[in-house]
This record gives sequence, structure tokens and C-alpha cells, in this order.
Amino acid sequence: MSNNDSPIKSTGLHIGEAAPGCKKTDPMLIIDHVKKSFGGLTAVDVEHLEIPKNAITALIGPNGAGKTTLFNLLTGFDTPDTGEWAFLGTSLSGVPSYKVAQMGQVRTFQLTKALSLLTVLDNMKLGAKNQVGESIFRALFPRSWRKQDAEIELKAIELLKRFKLDTKQADFAASLSGGQRKLLEMARALMTDPVLVMLDEPMAGVNPALTQSLLGHVLDLKKEGMTVLFVEHDMHMVRHIADWVVVMAEGKVVAEGPPETVMNEQAVIDAYLGAHQDTDLGVVTGRISIIDQEKDK
Amino acid sequence: MDWGTIINNTLAGLLTPTTIAFALAALGLAMHFGFAGLLNFGIAGFMAIGAYGYAISVLTFGFPWWGGMIVGIIGSILFAILLGVPTLRLRGDYLAIVTIAAAEIVRLLFLTTAFTDVTGSADGLFGYNNAGGFTSANPFPPGSYGWGPWTYNSETLWVLTFGLGVLAVCVWFLWALMRSPWGRVIKGIREDEEAIRALGKNVFAYKLQALIIGGIFGGMGGIIYAAFANVSPGVYVTSITFFIWTSLLLGGAATIWGPVIGAVIFWTLQAFLSNILPELALAGILPVSGTQAATLRFVLVGIGLMLLVIYRPQGIFGDKRELTFVK
Repeated sequence: MSNNDSPIKSTGLHIGEAAPGCKKTDPMLIIDHVKKSFGGLTAVDVEHLEIPKNAITALIGPNGAGKTTLFNLLTGFDTPDTGEWAFLGTSLSGVPSYKVAQMGQVRTFQLTKALSLLTVLDNMKLGAKNQVGESIFRALFPRSWRKQDAEIELKAIELLKRFKLDTKQADFAASLSGGQRKLLEMARALMTDPVLVMLDEPMAGVNPALTQSLLGHVLDLKKEGMTVLFVEHDMHMVRHIADWVVVMAEGKVVAEGPPETVMNEQAVIDAYLGAHQDTDLGVVTGRISIIDQEKDK
Repeated sequence: MDWGTIINNTLAGLLTPTTIAFALAALGLAMHFGFAGLLNFGIAGFMAIGAYGYAISVLTFGFPWWGGMIVGIIGSILFAILLGVPTLRLRGDYLAIVTIAAAEIVRLLFLTTAFTDVTGSADGLFGYNNAGGFTSANPFPPGSYGWGPWTYNSETLWVLTFGLGVLAVCVWFLWALMRSPWGRVIKGIREDEEAIRALGKNVFAYKLQALIIGGIFGGMGGIIYAAFANVSPGVYVTSITFFIWTSLLLGGAATIWGPVIGAVIFWTLQAFLSNILPELALAGILPVSGTQAATLRFVLVGIGLMLLVIYRPQGIFGDKRELTFVK
């Protein structure tokens, strides 16, 4: 697919006015009163939030807004002080992280977790669910798992081709570049056949050329019927691919809505984007003298 | 210097019941540390449980030898669960601290005079090989077997055959597990357990399984050692744990044959040093007494271990890419 075409945005996701905590027509994840504090600091305090199904939702906000903490809470990697949340109608409070993943909610990490001393192919094969040979007793009888393992391998190679990592399949993941590890982590997550993919800063540290293909992959997920929730600081990417944007600040949801409207809200601009979001960084730091030119006008 | 004796004793070290026992324990550590990344510094405790489990159930409860050995194995499984349940949820370093303390507790429990009737306290236990029928199960008629440095009486030959059989089964078992998808999950946990958890695997259950499997190997090592020598609390000290670590790192932690070959090299080297160092002292080359020279070999083991982890962390058989000791 061409990445330069403007992606088709999903609309009509919400019921009523697009305000923090508004109802969605078809929510996948419903969060209620989730609160988490570290000592005296309240990291997350979300009253109500719904994540729409089969859409790409971006979670943005300044550093320390609680985005990653919310991710950890939703995936069972951390436990909240209070609150509950449901995934496809099933309550996830107190459910351990591995069970959350088995239900089809898969996540990636802000600091990429490639399994360095395993081959790229083994990294991929680990992602597959319900493997017979992962039970210690059946593991001893290759006849019980060999066929399934071969099928998993085919699927893994196909995904690696899509992510252009197939030439690296015999290499250790440690030998991949930072961007390739991001791709591997995303591909590995897809091996679990997820319904909800949660990406924590998928573009951090990725060069512009790779960003293009990563964007394409994220859009493909939606095409294939998956729901995506991602944290990102790259506003161009958010505007380009997100159908819905949730803005967090100091642990709370301060705004949500379609990207065009939400990113023009004064509160969001003040809290996060900054007044010069569309100007060159050089202008902001004063190294380029456009500001002076503007004054002259 | 009597080079004939030195070489003879060194070569004899290649195949002894002790070598086999330590190869088994090193295999257990390979499962724990090399594949699953669990820092177990209490392998001596697993050996002690295996050995005492065997000896006590034969002497005190009248079990046959094979029943006693099964008790020893069950004991090491229980010990693994006891250690693992509270600690495997914590970070790796904590397991290291707990295992080293637990192994010491085990040793001191066997040493204390409170249970002298059962454990024999500082004297240890003996005579169980006869009482349990292990000696009379010997299929080899009395006599001398083998040649040169490898000449054994029928009793030693029986322990060697039995030990090699057990070792072969354990090596096969570890190989079969590590080539399977189960082994893939275990190696993944070594790399990053959070990533594995995010992929929907019950990391805690896998770690406990790995701890139990390695614990069984360690317990078997203790049993083989007990089948040859007496059971004495003085054997299962912390330094034994570090000898096993040295054997493992020498051969290569994340390999199947590494721990076995490492144990063989380690004990052969020990035999060589314990023979040559006193000779050197006698000949006036080393400025120490004979007994001091014999203990000097432990100093050399320590230096060797340090050099090994600094310059060749992957061991002799390890793939340099596979296991870098310092991450």
C-alpha cells in the first residue's frame, strides 16, 4: 500500500458531545474510576474512559501525565489502588497480565523488549498462543508439537516478510538496530492474534524512512479489524493516523475527540502542544529569525 | 617428583563417582542459570536434601535403596517449591540471596545435635548402601575391572555404571526439554520475563518448573555422591556450590554438554593440583608446607573462576553470542 495517501478515518465513534469521558457507540475497553498513586503522587486518576472498537486511538499528553502507567494498569502489569475496567464486557480487575494477553489484548513496551539472545524467528514463535509443546510434559514428545510448530513457523515467516525482517530470521535479536527491534516487537505481538494492540511510543527513536512503514503497519492493523491504542509524542503521526485522540495531563483525561478538533482546543495546546506546534524548532529557540519577521509584519 | 603417580591420579579423576555427581549438579545449575536465568547459589542444599533423603529413609524408615532414592528426589522437588513460591515473583538477585541462606539452613539442620538419632549430626550417616540393598544389587561379580588409572573394584564399577546411567537420562531429558517450545519460553524468560508475560505466558509457573527440574538434577547428584561415599554435613558447604558454579561456567552455562565436560575438567584439574602442589612444596619450589600447598588449589580455583567470567563468560562450549555474563 502507499503510505502517502491520506488514510480513511473512522468517524461517528462517539455518542453526544466529544468531551472527556463521553460514551462511544461501540466501546472495546471501558475504564471506571481507575486511580493509582505512587506515594503522594497521583499518577493516574481516570473517572471514565471508553476506547472505541476497530479504530485507532491515540493517547497523548506531556511527560509524567500517566500514559504509560495507565497502559501498565490496563494490561495487568501494575495494580491500581481503586477502580475497575472491562475488556469486551469482561472485567479485568485483578486479572494477571499473562491472562490479559491470552484474552487478546497485547502490548509493546516503551523501551523495546527484544529477546536479545534468541533468534528473530524464535522471538516470533514465542508469540503464538496455545502451543502444545509449551507444556512441560508434552514438550518431551516432539510428535505432539512438531506439526503445530511448523505451522507457527510458516505464520512467523509470513509476518517477518511483511515487516521486511525475513532476511534476519536466523540472527540473534541483539544484532538488530533499534528501529528493527521496534518492528520485531510489533510483529511478535501480532503472532498472538490480538484484538486490541497497545503500542507504547512505537515511533520513539525510529528514523523517518522507517516511520513511514511503521505507520503503514499500524493502519494495516485497523484494516484487519484490530483495535489500536497507542501512546505517541509525534503529533504529525497522531494527526495522520488517529481516529480518536485522548489527552491526559497530571493523571486525568482533560480532553478527547477526533484529532482535528481536539488538537485545536486551547486547553490542549496550552497543556501539551505548545503555542509553536507548527513552527520550526529553530524558530522556537530563536536560532531562526522568523519570529522577528512576524513582529515586523 | 613422582610424575608417574601424579599423571596416574590425574587421569583417574576423569571418571569417578564424584565427577559424575558434580556433573549432575552442574547440569541442574545449567537448567537454573544457563537456560532460565535463575541465580541459584544453593545447589549444595539440593544435593544435601537428595543425599539425606536417601540415607534417612533407608536407615530410619527401612526403605529399599530405590525407594530411598525416590524419597531424595521428592525431597528436592519440595525444596524447590518451598524456595520458589515466595521468591520467584521477586527479581533474580533475591532468589540468589534466599537460595544461599536456605542451603545453609539445610546444612545446619543436618548438623545440629537436636536430630542426632536421625541425621547422625556431625558424624553423618553410613551403612545405608548395605542396609538398603544398593550394594547387593550390584550385578558385577567381585574382582578388578578396567586398566591403568581406570582400575576399579566391582563396587566402584557399580556406582559408576549407575551414575553414568542416571547422568545419561538427565542429559537426554534436558536436551529434549530445551529443544521444545517449552525450552523456548524458558530461554525467553531468561532474556526478559516481562516481554514473555506480555505474550500471554504464565512466567511464574515456568520458572517454578525450571527450578524443580534443576533441583531434581541437583538432588540426583547428591544421591550418586552418597551412593559412593558417606553422607556428611561437612560436604554440603557453600564452597561446594561455588565448585559447581565453576564447573558450569567452565563448560558453558547455556549448553547441554558444557556442565558435564566442565565438571570432568574441574575434577581432573583438582586431582592434578592436589597431587602436584604438595610435590612442588616438597621439592622446595613452593615456599610453603605440604598441607598448605594442598589448600592452595582452592585459591587457584577462585582465581580461575574470576578469569573465566572476565575473559570467557560463555565457557568452552558456549556460543559467545548466546550468553554474555555481564549484561
